[in-house]
Amino acid sequence: MTVQDFIQIILFLGILTILTPVLGNYMYKIFTGRRHFMVTVLGWPEKLIYRLTGIDPYEETNWRVYTFNLIMFNLVGLLLLFAIQLLQSKLPLNPAGLPNVPWHSAFNTAVSFMTNTNWQGYAGETTLSYLVQMTGLTVQNYVSAATGIAVLLALIRGISRRSTDMLGNFWTDLIRSILYILLPLSILLACILAGQGVVQNFKEYETIHTLEGAGQVLPMGPAASQIAIKQLGTNGGGFFNANSSHPYENPTPLTNFLELLAILLIPAALTYTFGKMVGSTRQGWTIFIVMLILFISGLAISLFSEYSAHTIFGNIPLMEGKETRVGITSSVLWSISTTSASNGSVNAMLDSFSPISGMLAMINIMLGEVIFGGVGAGLYGMVIFIILTVFIAGLMVGRTPEYLGKKIESFEVKMAIVAILVPNMVIQIFSAFASISVPGISSLNNAGPHGLSEILYAYSSAAGNNGSAFAGLNANTLFYNLTLGLGMLAGRFGVIIPVLAIAGTMAKKKITPESSGTFRTDNWLFVCLLIAVIIIIGGLAHFPALSLGPIVEHLLMNNGMTF
Amino acid sequence: MNTRRNKNLFSKKVLLDAAKGSFIKLNPVLLVRNPVIFVVAVGSVMTGIIVIAETIRGEFSSFNLQIAVWLWFTVLFSNFSEALAEGRGKAQAESLRKSRIQVMARKIADKHEKRVFATDLKKGDIVICEAGDIIPADGEVIDGIATVDESSITGESAPVIRENGGDRSAVTGGTRVISDRILIQITSEPGNTFVDRIISLIEGAKRQKTPNEIALTILLSGLSAIFLLVVVTFPALFSYSLSESGLALTENLSIPVLIALLVCLIPTTIGGLLSAIGISGMDRLIQKNVIATSGRAVEAAGDVDVLLLDKTGTITLGNRMATEFIPLDGIKVEELADAAQLSSLSDETPEGRSIVILAKEKFGIRARNVHQLNATFIPFSAQSRMSGVDFKTSDGLSHRIRKGSSEAIQTFVQNNNGFYPQNIKDITAGIARQGATPLVVADNQRILGVVHLKDIIKGGIKQRFAELRKMGIKTIMITGDNHITAAAIAAEAGVDDFMAETKPEDKLRRIREEQANGHLVGMIGDGTNDAPALAQADIGIAMNTGTQAAREAGNMVDLDSNPTKLIDVVKVGKQLLMTRGALTTFSISNDVAKYFAIIPAVSVPLYSGTSGIGPLSVLNIMNLSSPQNAILSAIIFNALIIILLIPLALTGIRYKPVSANVALARNLFIFGLGGIIAPFIGIKIIDLIINL
Repeated sequence: MTVQDFIQIILFLGILTILTPVLGNYMYKIFTGRRHFMVTVLGWPEKLIYRLTGIDPYEETNWRVYTFNLIMFNLVGLLLLFAIQLLQSKLPLNPAGLPNVPWHSAFNTAVSFMTNTNWQGYAGETTLSYLVQMTGLTVQNYVSAATGIAVLLALIRGISRRSTDMLGNFWTDLIRSILYILLPLSILLACILAGQGVVQNFKEYETIHTLEGAGQVLPMGPAASQIAIKQLGTNGGGFFNANSSHPYENPTPLTNFLELLAILLIPAALTYTFGKMVGSTRQGWTIFIVMLILFISGLAISLFSEYSAHTIFGNIPLMEGKETRVGITSSVLWSISTTSASNGSVNAMLDSFSPISGMLAMINIMLGEVIFGGVGAGLYGMVIFIILTVFIAGLMVGRTPEYLGKKIESFEVKMAIVAILVPNMVIQIFSAFASISVPGISSLNNAGPHGLSEILYAYSSAAGNNGSAFAGLNANTLFYNLTLGLGMLAGRFGVIIPVLAIAGTMAKKKITPESSGTFRTDNWLFVCLLIAVIIIIGGLAHFPALSLGPIVEHLLMNNGMTF
Repeated sequence: MNTRRNKNLFSKKVLLDAAKGSFIKLNPVLLVRNPVIFVVAVGSVMTGIIVIAETIRGEFSSFNLQIAVWLWFTVLFSNFSEALAEGRGKAQAESLRKSRIQVMARKIADKHEKRVFATDLKKGDIVICEAGDIIPADGEVIDGIATVDESSITGESAPVIRENGGDRSAVTGGTRVISDRILIQITSEPGNTFVDRIISLIEGAKRQKTPNEIALTILLSGLSAIFLLVVVTFPALFSYSLSESGLALTENLSIPVLIALLVCLIPTTIGGLLSAIGISGMDRLIQKNVIATSGRAVEAAGDVDVLLLDKTGTITLGNRMATEFIPLDGIKVEELADAAQLSSLSDETPEGRSIVILAKEKFGIRARNVHQLNATFIPFSAQSRMSGVDFKTSDGLSHRIRKGSSEAIQTFVQNNNGFYPQNIKDITAGIARQGATPLVVADNQRILGVVHLKDIIKGGIKQRFAELRKMGIKTIMITGDNHITAAAIAAEAGVDDFMAETKPEDKLRRIREEQANGHLVGMIGDGTNDAPALAQADIGIAMNTGTQAAREAGNMVDLDSNPTKLIDVVKVGKQLLMTRGALTTFSISNDVAKYFAIIPAVSVPLYSGTSGIGPLSVLNIMNLSSPQNAILSAIIFNALIIILLIPLALTGIRYKPVSANVALARNLFIFGLGGIIAPFIGIKIIDLIINL
């Protein structure tokens, strides 16, 4: 690694850390209804939406109604997206004349974008029309991210309020997240990206003749606007199949840096918002630090593995699957960011990374997407781990465990366990089934442990709502479209519903005042403890599977055997 | 205490009973209450069946048999810990029962009177009670009329009439007949005393899981489910790897190996010891002579963060004591002391006695014989608010010595045409400002001086409050004294807050206020008017000498009637929760090492090529002798650690009054880090022994 590589990483993490309180404080003001100039600027469309839809922004609901509204809203979005894919050939804005999408692929894609996963079993430019991309995918990019924020807001209210049933208004949370946060940031980013050369048009695909005289089709389309939200909303579903390794998605070092920053920006800033809303920014920073430490650890191991000279490859760093214009450091940084943050966009092919780097990407997802994580989703996933940590270790101070003054009792523990168990079930049951069934194995492009890694990665990606692919696995089959679709649904709502239930019961509780007998959740001891629990509870269950996948592959590679 | 504890822990009978109990507890109905151990039991049965089937087929595998045996041991060890805790509790409760004074009853059987133990009475028995007898159990008067002192229940000292027929026929056990004779038919079933109740609580069947125990059981079951999932899906991934290694699928993991893996990963240590920890928490309370009516109460004791403490008896010795004689100008201090002592000779109140003692200690004035003086004592009355003595000296002078409140004595001397000097007012005001009580002493019209009466703070109480503060517990002193007095004592004792001029309803109100602010409140009380507050408090400890109403309202009874017990109770509660947390952390941390024992062991053949030893053997960082020994060592460690930790579960982890953060750091170091390291060492040692 060169000095520039280190400068890039430090610059990246530094800017991220600086922006965290800036954006975090802005979001705090928006979500708590405080005065802000953006409210003056964008207040009128918000009011207009309320008038048109008849929503009373001041009407709050309990957790059941909140959850019901959320699920209904997502269900309608799912069905709409499913329908327009099935009818795309009859609908306008389809200059390439693409046919209707097969039903199982349409189902998979609809679930994928609704759940903020953005797993893409299809290739964007050869499957979906502009209309589907814009009104289907881009819309879901916004609302799925906003849904994540809404769940987080309900949870924060559950923690910070006392003796109430009310968790807020789902519609207000959704609208404000989109209007004041996702839209302005996306427009800003889209403009910069377009300025840097990312395509943004409705032209037909262009056929050009290369210098060798061969013909080449260049896909076009409204890419910049979708890429902006794809990164900011931790969606990750590329406009083009090659995602951010495609020069039309990610043309320059500046776009690479900004798109990278956009992945972690909102999830990181939400930790600050969390701290503000629960009344202690220290609590927010504690979570930020835990995430940062896990992030840097993963990054360090992954970089070490990529830069390690492997005799079998002639002692040169691994460049297969990476863009030479991006380079190793940026590729690894991106891979760690995108898997930490449940984003799923890529600028290099993870399949070709060293086994250990690939495993780190996989572990980031398997831990439950809590290292920054998806917009909203990462933080509420982290709170689940915090609840478990507080419950296990909190007893050791001799009191019924409590987090931010709220007692953690059997219901919260039960729900936290469900939220951990469901994604685990998806990964383990589906991977096990795929690894011994014909439709599972026949999609594999690689043999040996690497094939197993591909299967494991696919289901981890689905369960964690990440959406990145290890590639090397032909997932656009009936079997994979269905199982991955179900996995995404379970991984999303199997966590959201328990989280909202926890929010509901927490809100009803009193807040125990802090004293020297209180288990502190804002110091270094807690940071270490939380990291240990995330690794042991979140990670250890995957150790047997990983040992048969990337670990054995790494060991075999050292013995001179590759797959 | 310690020797008694150890004697109980290792007494042969208790151990034998516990060993027997661990087999009785194999009953699936009982086992299913503990999901983690139930999973192990199912695994043991399955492995057992496999071993038998293999033996019948002539393919006996000693490895599988050993796994089966150690799995059974795991279950038995867990049962043993529970049985042992129960046995100790029962032994303690029994001795408690024996040590209590047995009430004898005069039972009428076949028209003859027979003396039996009150506890042997059954519903429908008829007993006779005469003046002086204690009514042995709840019942109904069927003949006669008597006056009964029910003050032990109602707190009312005036006796009540009980007669047959009408609505005055019910009598309550523990009350005393004062006059006459009645026949009573017993209406309550025997064995409903507090001690009986506690015995049934300790006996597993009736023991309810406490809220925290339920939550912990859910967590442990959840973890077990996660690892069950791992173990169930692992053979599929394994089979993929086998075929990719070019090996036959028949080499897949055997069921006993999978069960061994599962049992190693699920939190059996804490699962096995959980109920023993809960029971022993109650045992430890009994050792302190406190009986809790539920395990829930013990747990809540750890959560209490506000303690309401009565000043009298808890913080102060209970009585004001004379500490100083302050004579008026021109009066000798000895004269004042002499007069004060004289006026107190017949004063049986603690204050009066303390004056006599102080005069003796400071000035050598001996208590004189009252009758020789031919004196008349004037007792304290609410009207006069003073007491004293009238006598004539040998020279015929008559003295009327009085001591009392400033106002009362002022009236007294002024009525005798005396003069009440201004500086006496300054002295009394000065004493009152210190939170003490001034007693003014006068001889006829002459004011002699003031006796300084002071509340004496119990030794060491200030330090205990400091400890409580470190633990994050706020102490509130409750007193009927006025604000100034209360403030001074509060400052001296080092309590965090106080309530002066408290009426019983104020206590209740304060408890509700604290609870509304999220606090959990503990209090100790004895009187009838404490009952509502005891019932409202999260931990209400009634003193054994207290009224029945108070005892029913609280959730603990202190047999020693020592108000400072509240602090011990809080400690026991905290220790209970800490022990649970520590062993949970230990149990979960253990998994790391077990993975490193089992995963390399089972995956040796994978991708091994011709060498037969696959690359995953690198993970065998403990360098265990063989795959089979590795699995056995892990499972043996898993079983033995339960036995090794039983003493810790029963006695609780060491407890020091320190802040939450310090306690956490220490316990994490011992049980978290220790939990990761210990099994590496343990498994390695077991492997070395097996390999001998």
